[in-house]
Order: sequence, then C-alpha cells, then structure tokens
Amino acid sequence: MTGLLSLTTYSPLIGVALILLLKITGKGNDTAAKWIAFGTTIVTLALSIGVVANFHAADPGFQMVETHRWFGLLNYRMGVDGISVLFVLLTAFLLPLCIMGGWSAIKDRVSEYLIAFLVLEALVIGVFCALDLVLFYLFFEAQLIPMFLIIGIWGGKNRVYAAFKFFLYTLLGSVLMLAAVLAMIGISGTASIPELMAYRFAPGVQTWLWLAFFASFAVKMPMWPVHTWLPDAHVEAPTAGSVILAGILLKMGGYGFLRFSLPMFPNASEMFAPLVFGLSAVAVVYTSLVAFRQTDIKKLIAYSSVAHMGLVTMGIFSGNAIGVQGAIFQMLSHGVISGALFLIVGVVYDRMHTREIAFYGGLVNRMPWYAAVFMLFTMANVGLPGTSGFVGEILSLTGTYRASTWTALIATSGVILSAVYALPLYRRVVFGEMTNPKLMTITDLDNREIAIFAPLIIGTLILGLQPNLVLDATAASTDHLVAAYQAAIGGAGR
Amino acid sequence: MSMIDALQLVMPETILSAAVLILMILGAFAGQKSSGLISLLSGIALAGAALFAAIGVPVGTAFNGAFISDAAASYSKIVIYAMSIISLILGNGWLKRLGQRQFEYPLLILLAAIGMGMMVSAGDLISLYIGVELQSLALYVMAAFRRDDPKASEAGLKYFVLGALSSGLLLYGASLIYGFAGSTHFDAIAAAVAAHPGVGVLFGLVFLICGLAFKVSAAPFHMWTPDVYEGAPTPVVAFFTGAPKLAAMVLFTRALYASFPDSADQWRQVLIVIAVISVLVGAFAGLVQSNIKRLLAYSSIANMGYVLIGLCAGNAEGAQAVIIFMTLYMFDVTGFFAALTALSRGGKPMDTIASMAGLSKSNPMMAVALTLLAFSAMGIPPLPGFWGKFYVFKAAIDAGQWAVAIAGLVSSVIAAFYYLRLVKVMWLDETPGPIDPMPMDARLITLGSAIFAFPLVMIALTWIEPFAGYASKAFGLP
Repeated sequence: MTGLLSLTTYSPLIGVALILLLKITGKGNDTAAKWIAFGTTIVTLALSIGVVANFHAADPGFQMVETHRWFGLLNYRMGVDGISVLFVLLTAFLLPLCIMGGWSAIKDRVSEYLIAFLVLEALVIGVFCALDLVLFYLFFEAQLIPMFLIIGIWGGKNRVYAAFKFFLYTLLGSVLMLAAVLAMIGISGTASIPELMAYRFAPGVQTWLWLAFFASFAVKMPMWPVHTWLPDAHVEAPTAGSVILAGILLKMGGYGFLRFSLPMFPNASEMFAPLVFGLSAVAVVYTSLVAFRQTDIKKLIAYSSVAHMGLVTMGIFSGNAIGVQGAIFQMLSHGVISGALFLIVGVVYDRMHTREIAFYGGLVNRMPWYAAVFMLFTMANVGLPGTSGFVGEILSLTGTYRASTWTALIATSGVILSAVYALPLYRRVVFGEMTNPKLMTITDLDNREIAIFAPLIIGTLILGLQPNLVLDATAASTDHLVAAYQAAIGGAGR
Repeated sequence: MSMIDALQLVMPETILSAAVLILMILGAFAGQKSSGLISLLSGIALAGAALFAAIGVPVGTAFNGAFISDAAASYSKIVIYAMSIISLILGNGWLKRLGQRQFEYPLLILLAAIGMGMMVSAGDLISLYIGVELQSLALYVMAAFRRDDPKASEAGLKYFVLGALSSGLLLYGASLIYGFAGSTHFDAIAAAVAAHPGVGVLFGLVFLICGLAFKVSAAPFHMWTPDVYEGAPTPVVAFFTGAPKLAAMVLFTRALYASFPDSADQWRQVLIVIAVISVLVGAFAGLVQSNIKRLLAYSSIANMGYVLIGLCAGNAEGAQAVIIFMTLYMFDVTGFFAALTALSRGGKPMDTIASMAGLSKSNPMMAVALTLLAFSAMGIPPLPGFWGKFYVFKAAIDAGQWAVAIAGLVSSVIAAFYYLRLVKVMWLDETPGPIDPMPMDARLITLGSAIFAFPLVMIALTWIEPFAGYASKAFGLP
C-alpha cells in the first residue's frame, strides 16, 4: 500500500492545521485544542498500527517504498524495514500519552505547545521512514526547532541554559554529519539509502565518515562523555518533553548507528568497535554511580537513561544478530520504561512542584496506586525478569559477551548498579513515614493518570512476557544487516 | 554584430535608463506630489525590464564583448529587478510614513538596478567598473537619504569614503591587469595569462579580489558594514544587503572564471583566506552585538564567507552554489529588515535584541515569521538557509576543500548562538507592552518571506536549482 507511510508521517500536521484554524478564528478554547491534538495522535497511532499490519516480517528489505523525484540528486523516498517499523509504532504510541501527560500541567500558550508536539511527532516518524540521506537529515535536524521551543518556553527555572545547551551540542554533532552526508553524495553519486548500503566506500574514507556520523549520533544517544546536555535538558523540560526526549529522540542515535554506521561503514565500525565498547562500559558504570548521588528525581532518571543507552551501543557494535536485536529491543523497552518513569515524576511534580528526593517520603501512605505503578517501572528499569527491561539487557549483554567478554563483564555490573540507584530512590520517595506536612494532602492517581499508565504497563509486560512479538518482526532485517556486515569485514559471524 | 542586435541585448538597461531620465524630468516639473506616481512607474519599468530579461533577450555579447548577455546574467537580472521592486514598495511606504516623500528615492533604486544589471553582464574591466560605480554611487546617496539624521549621514559618509577606497583598489588592480595582459577584456586576459603567466597580473588580480571583497563586505574588508547597517535607514539596508551582493557575487564569479581560469589555484588561496576569516569574524563578532542591525551586518559577513567557500570550488558546481545561496539569502535578509521596518513599540523602532522581548505574546504572527527566518539563518533544514549552505559546502567538499567546509560548518554553529538569542527573547522573555500598529507593506513582505522560508522553498527549489545550474554553465569553467 503506497502512500501509507507519508500519510502516517504527515497526519499530525492535520492537527496542527486544525489548531491554527481554531486560533485564527478565535473560536474554541484550550480544551478544544487539546482534544484535537489528542484525536490527531490517536489517528496517527491507528495509521502506524496499519503500517505494522501491512509489514511482512519475513522480508528483510524495505517495504511500502514511495519514491518521487525532487530536485538535483534528491528524491523523496520513504520506506520501512524491520529495524525501523517498530520505532514508528513506538513514536505513535508515546505521543498520545505525552499530550495527556501535559493536559493540566501546561496552562500557558497551550495551542503553541500542542503544535510543537505534533510537529515533532511528524518529524520523528519521518526520520524512521526516510530512505534518502538528505531527507533523513532534514527530519533529523528540523527537530531541533520544536524541541528547543518545548524546553525553552515550557521548561523549568533554568530552561534557557538547558535549551541552548541542547541546541548547540546537537547542532555541532549534526553539522559534522552534514559534511559526511555531502561527501557521501559526492563520492557515490547517490543519496538513496538502499543504494548507499550496497555501495562500498574505501576503508580510509569510511574512517572519516564513520567519525562524522559518530559525532552526531553519539551526542544524540547520548554516549559518555558527550552526555552532559541530557541531564540539563531533562531536568528543565516539561514532563511530556522529557518523555519524548528519553522515549524517542534518544533512539534516533541508535537507529542512526544501525541504519548508517554499521551497514555503510562496516570496516570502520569494526575498527572503532573497541572505542564504542570502552565508552559504553564507562557510561554504564560511571553514569550509574553518578545517578546514585543525585538529589533530583528527574536527573537521576536521566543518568539512568545514559547508562541504559550504553547497553544499546554495545549491542549494536557487537556486530552479531543477538546483540543487534537486543539493542533494538532495549531501545523499544527503554522508550516505554523511561517514558513511564518521567511521567511518574511528573505526577508528583504537578502536585508539589518540586523534584527533590528529600522533599518526599512515605507516599505509599496516601498514594497506594501510585506506589504500585512506580514499583513496577522501577523494577522494569532494574531489569526484573518478566518486564521488558530484562529481555533487552540480557540480549544485548549476550551479544556483547560474544564480541568482547571484558566489556560484557564490566557492563553486567551495571545491572547491579541500576538496582543500587533505583531501589533507594523508590525507598526514599515512597516508603517510610510521611514526615513532610506539605505531603499530607497529596492525592493518588486520578482517572486521567491511570489512563496514561495503563497502556505503558501493558506495553512493558507484553514486551517482557512475549518478546517474540518484537524479535520476530526485527529478525529478518537484523539477520540481513549482520550477514552483510560480517561479509564486509570478512568475519565468520560468530 | 550590428547595432540593432546590440541594442536588443541591452534592452533591460535601456528601458530602465529611459525610465530614469523621463521620470527625473517629470519629478523636476511636477514636484514632490508626483512621487507616488513616480514610484509606481518605476516599479512598472523594473517589472518590464525583468520581463525582458526573462524572455526577450538573446544570448550573445555586445559592444566588442564589453557586455555579455547569457543565462547567468538574465537569471541575476530577474532576481535583482524583483528585489528592487520589493525595496521600492518598502521604501515608498517608509517615506510616506516619514512625511517626506521624495521622488529621488525610486530613481536611485532604478539607477542602482541599472548598475547591478551592468555588473552581472560585465565582460570587460571597464564595464565592470562602470557597473560597480553606478550601483555604489546610488547606494551612498540612499544610505544618507535622511539628511537630518546625523547617524544616517555618518553612515552615508563612511560608506562613501570606504567605498571610494575599495573602488580605488579595484581600479588599481584593473590597471595592473591591463598593463600586464594588454587588454581589459575578460577573454583576452584569459588568453594572455595562459600564454604568459606571470606574477604581475596575479598582483593585479589580488587587488581586484580585494576591491570586490570590499563590495560584498567579506572580512577583512568588512569594517564599514556594521556601522553602515546600523546608521542607514532600515528599508535602505534591506535593499543594499540583498540585490547588490548578488550582483557583486555574480561579477566576482565571472571575473575570476572568465579572465583567470588557469590561475584557479592562485585565486583559490586568496579566496580561502578571505572566506575563513569572514565566517570566523561573522560568527564571533556577532556574539557580542546588542543591536539587531549590527548583528545582521555580522551575519551578512559570515554569509558572504559561506558564498566564497562555494566559489573556492572553482567549477560550475561552485557557481551554481553561489547563485542558489545568494537567491535564498536575499529572501531571508529582506524578511528580516522588513520586520525591523515594521516593528516599533511606543514609537521607538525595535532594533535591539532586548526590545524584541515577548514579541510572541504581543504579535505571534510576526514572532513566528522572525523565528522561521532566524532558524533559516542558522541553517536548520528544511529552511532556505540550510539549502544555501547545503549547496555551498557540497561544492567545496566535492572539490576537495575539506578543511574549509568544516571550518564553515563549525562556525555556523557558533553563529547559531546569536540567532538563538533572538528567538529566546521573542519567546521566553516577558513582554513590556503592546507593539505599535504595523504598516501593511513591511508586514506583508516579512510574512511573505516567512512563507517562502517554509514551506514554499521546497517547491521553489525545484525551479531555482535547475535554473541556477543552467546559469552556472555560462561562466565557462566545467
């Protein structure tokens, strides 16, 4: 079915148009705009489910491809394969929750806020569907605009600093990638991603191109030591901004590695794999320790995201099917879990307007439902079997073990360390006596919040108990990718 | 070639020159009350000239090769005349509000347009100089158009003195080239250099490049730019930051490509130095500006650096990049300066960054437009600024100029900071109060360029790209 991908990508823009119409005519109010935005994201979700339903898991190539001539060397080319199709679903799945998450917290410039989110959704889906290098860059880079505004306008106290840091950090990585993009088009004479995957760049050229792409994706992931923008951005962003940042935007880095670095620069990927392993291992251990010392709940979760992304980069550059599948699974699972955790912080932040761990304590006494949900996602974050976190961690660690035993050994300690920071956080916030008098009137989850968490709980449990739903969809494309990679580097494919 | 054929080639210039002479007499007799009519007729003359450039002018050379009519010249003329019409509308409204309508203003724009037309058609050092001077003299007067305003007079004077200096450099270079090559004609110079390459003619070439770098305000010849931008009336700056720079860049390209194709390795070195200094000066000096017009001056210095990076490629792809970049850049800056013309608060123009505070609350539409233009200037896709940089850096990288391209790209990140500051005050700061009602013309021009920035540019490029590619073939280099 051609045109479905474009329809899915641009469907959020219909909501943008409707909200603008509402604003210009002056009819309707913020509530109407919220319902329009919510309805639009549901439509997009339905369309993306349609995309997944149309997807043939056995076919490793690109499907639902659309090609239109644009100008110069450029084509408008969209398509999905097993690696990207589930990210489209993840994006469409999280967006309605984002809109609902900011339902009552955002009171200022509501329609602009919703427009920013809808535009962001369109751009993110575009990133995962683009099959033209320049088109990919377009979607990838244009996200800076709505995200800058989301952090900058609706963020916390120090939002200007965080927004600038986010923007400039990411832009610096991206312009280096742009240089590589231009060079790739110049050398190969095509901007089409499938053709570039088949193109063999000389190993010397690969090194430079790999480094330039790495600069962009490592910042986006983010990998240690270029992760410092992330805690700032998370702390200052509004709840829904954090959800989309941790849940989806970070995944574009991993997706980029899978789509470009591994298939297009296999020799360089092999050469730099030890570097990636080293940085990832440091990320897992170091950021876990840093997370342990945080006093701000959101910052703690942000550092935990960096640690979990370390497992993803390891899995990707392990270069074997288990590791790559584990990385994809870990990204999807982290999208759900970290999204849920930021929403959990948002619940108490909306009520108390502080994220200091020391402020809270004993919440279980007044918020039993909240405590239960928090418990589940804390466990999922730690990687408890039965939740999606476990599957992603075990797979990517197994894959890494085959490629580099030492890295896997060090990284496995990260699983313990994640319990070290996550469980005390839970204990200090939820358990104990309620000593702070301000907390005496705090209320439990309301219906809207239960409606937000229900799909997330179902999502993480389904992924945890039935991982094959995901793994079957990604298997064919992953095997194809890994086989091509191993053939290019002359490995036997351990 | 007979005289009749030659006249056909210079038809756009002839139309404009005749219009200037007739309208001047009309103005002298009818006085200031005719200025509205004169503006209208000037606009019609420009539109007619643009139409001729588009369909009525054959390809060829006239006056012994001094005047070239080709795809590059025609393309540039259409854009230049169109931009002149926009400036005419902007300036006319501005003078009307000022209560001192003067019929000289449209005539000066016409004269500058003739000069620019000559520049892009120059095939000879003498016609090059005539074009540059005709354009510059008209602009000096326009910069000082508000005689009663000391700042504007200062700007005009500064512009004139430094512009005269650069004209001197240009002439000195031209005379050296003539002395060593024995001809002022581009093709003859190329032949002479190919036959007897020597250091003397290169010496002249460097002076020529310096003179032209002055005209496009590339560092280190940029000193006049911030002061003139700040002092001159905003609608005038809107005019001379766009079209004249396109004309100068096309002239730059033609002079280098047509007369020194064999010395590409030599002039490339000079251009690389100028380009890298420009992007760095533009990026770093812009960081500390508080006045938006000064900021845009540094931004234009940086942008000229990007264009020169494209020119460094020294091939048709580079020329195409130059044309695309300049075309898109003009829309951007015209929108910016039209917005500055339109916006005022409490009777005071909002020309400092701080004065833009809370614009998103006072006037969301203008804030969105300015935000789009600012992100475009940063080079964020899919806005025009990105496409300009895309082509320029692609040309540089394809020609093997890696280091220069990376320097340009990294400096564009530094420059992003000051555009971000503008976005920040508009969206994040509290508004001090409502803004004054805006004049319709300036407002529409701003919104028009914002709509061009997004989403129109993505369709427009399907036209601009092939036309620019076709035009770039005219310069001779492969």
